[in-house]
Amino acid sequence: MKKLLLALASTAAAIGFATGASAQEKAKICFVYVGSKTDGGWTQAHDIGRQALEKQLGDKVETQFLENVPEGPDAERAIERLARSGCGLIFTTSFGFMDATIKIAQKFPDVKFEHATGYKTAPNVATYNSRFYEGRYIQGQIAAKMSQKGVAGYIASFPIPEVVMGINSFVIGARSVNPDFKIKVVWANTWFDPGKEADAAKALVDQGVDILTQHTDTTAPMQVAAERGIKAFGQASDMIAAGPNTQLTAIVDTWGAYYVKRTQAFLDGKWETTSSWDGLKDGILTMAPYTNMPDDVKKMAEETEAKIKSGELKPFTGPLKKQDGSEWLAAGVSSDDGTLLGMNFYVEGVDDQLPK
Amino acid sequence: MRIELEKRAKVSTLFSVLSPFIAFLLTIVFGGIMFALLGKNPVAALYSFFVEPLSEVWSLHELAIKAAPLIMIGVGLSVCFRSNNWNIGAEGQFIMGAIAGSILPVVFYDWQSPLVLPLMMLMGMLGGALFAAIPAFLKAHMNTNEILTSLMLVYVAQLFLDWLVRGPWRNPGGMNFPETRTFAVDAILPEMIASGRTHWGFAFAIIAAVLVWFMMRYTLKGFEISVLGQSERAGRFAGFSSRRMIWFSMLLSGAFAGLAGISEVSGAIQQLRPVISPGYGFTAIIVAFLGRLNPLGIVAAGLVLALTYLGGEAAQLSIGVSEKVTRVFQGLLLFFVLSCDTLIHYRIKLVFERLAATSTEGSR
Repeated sequence: MKKLLLALASTAAAIGFATGASAQEKAKICFVYVGSKTDGGWTQAHDIGRQALEKQLGDKVETQFLENVPEGPDAERAIERLARSGCGLIFTTSFGFMDATIKIAQKFPDVKFEHATGYKTAPNVATYNSRFYEGRYIQGQIAAKMSQKGVAGYIASFPIPEVVMGINSFVIGARSVNPDFKIKVVWANTWFDPGKEADAAKALVDQGVDILTQHTDTTAPMQVAAERGIKAFGQASDMIAAGPNTQLTAIVDTWGAYYVKRTQAFLDGKWETTSSWDGLKDGILTMAPYTNMPDDVKKMAEETEAKIKSGELKPFTGPLKKQDGSEWLAAGVSSDDGTLLGMNFYVEGVDDQLPK
Repeated sequence: MRIELEKRAKVSTLFSVLSPFIAFLLTIVFGGIMFALLGKNPVAALYSFFVEPLSEVWSLHELAIKAAPLIMIGVGLSVCFRSNNWNIGAEGQFIMGAIAGSILPVVFYDWQSPLVLPLMMLMGMLGGALFAAIPAFLKAHMNTNEILTSLMLVYVAQLFLDWLVRGPWRNPGGMNFPETRTFAVDAILPEMIASGRTHWGFAFAIIAAVLVWFMMRYTLKGFEISVLGQSERAGRFAGFSSRRMIWFSMLLSGAFAGLAGISEVSGAIQQLRPVISPGYGFTAIIVAFLGRLNPLGIVAAGLVLALTYLGGEAAQLSIGVSEKVTRVFQGLLLFFVLSCDTLIHYRIKLVFERLAATSTEGSR
């Protein structure tokens, strides 16, 4: 009996010791995903970032995530659950998690939060975003070179500034090559819905566009483009597998660099609230290999990419007119970030009415 | 050989009472087997799924929040189902209640007064009841099948909400996102207890359950409901009108669903969005049957179903299984509840002879 007790006691002690030790050694870094981690687009890109973080700082941190978290009250609960389970730093990776993140952050002042693509910060809430529009400018240039008809189709999600900015940047890029270039826009009103996205893609092709680009998360438009024999651009992840002969390039979100940087700051005790908006030069987004295009187009794309990286070229630089023909930016003037982040108007060349 | 279901001469009272518990037990056993097949320790997995969410105060609050709409809708549906009216459209009534109740905080957002909240709740009930009045009218006067009409109206409600939040009701300061302005403080259902987020919606659900329980048990109306549900003809002889019962039960369940809708929006979401319910109106049907159409049973059943939502999250974190496990558990639970109920009323008979001319009275 005594032996048994002793054995039990020592096992309990061993377990207690083991868990206590590992909890002290490793910091817990957590992620909230709006979609499935294998969606092939937005959420997958974040999960690849998380894996990169584990790879690089795996001896100091462990990561956890909750996927398919709906925006709304469920998000609040999910974030609170992570905060309570001992996460030190929590990345919430959808615009719609903004208010939930702020609310929970007030309740847990000792936990740090990072919200992707939002605009509300707090002493323990930082925001981060990527200058996706830089990649879209390059895509616009490629589209203008590759399109026979001079019209591209754009599958958009919600008419928020982020998306409007992308449309405008694409058009500005295209018009720098072909001043008569036009785009048609279809609002899918979803981030993630293969059926709707495919329908939108078909509608655009039927209207005579011969290049497709998308600001939604699935590979469905790429597949439609492949079926119809036109070219397309991938979004968020490299979608070459869905269209080996179709994808020209893709904007690939490479959040890993940012996650590593911020986690390191957190571990060093140097984490502070920031609103970071990095671009091509910081490696937070990269262009998938330029494929299915002639060498001269590829060369042009690479040059533009290099110029954007060096800061020599800023996509939103005048002379630029708004859709109604009124002047927006004078020659040589670049837009400030504030205007971009609140963008609610089209530039010239968009064949669509912005939903108001 | 074929399998036939043969009606039992006598239904066992003991097993009628035990059946939901047996179903729950079977769900757990099969859930454990599923976890084992996934290569997880079934005991640890079931612990994190069913016990862990109950071990902390904040999580109990979350359970109450999640259970409130399920109980509220389920209680209303029990009256419908008991009276043999099959309202499948509670999801739509939930949404229309939420919309009607949101008129004040969204359109007349300037008006702030302690009256706002009670008015919102009343309008929510009215909105849900009016929407349920459509299938009620169609059934009572046109003899239409209410299962179809109420179900199809769900899609009408969903699309109407979608149109509202993208169009006329969109928040002017919301960066074009499809959502309404957030409610002012006066329009938010307050939290009940300081220790967590549970709002008064949960209290409404419990009060509703107790009231309906009282009505079913002690009042003539309750008797009328059961009689008409069991035999319309007998009810007619007793002087009850089945047409009036259609109206009564549909309006009542619609009002309850509407109140659940506006409570959820006002207490938990605090604005309208294109989607405000993860299918509460449909899950509540499971809840109603799991609770054996007894209002107090429905309270328990609502808590169990809410637990599967929370458990899915907890299991995702602690043992790393997909959140889809939640759906699997809900499906298992419904399957076992229905099959247990079937087996109480019927027995399985294996028929070996080739000639199928024998009576098939018991088969369905």
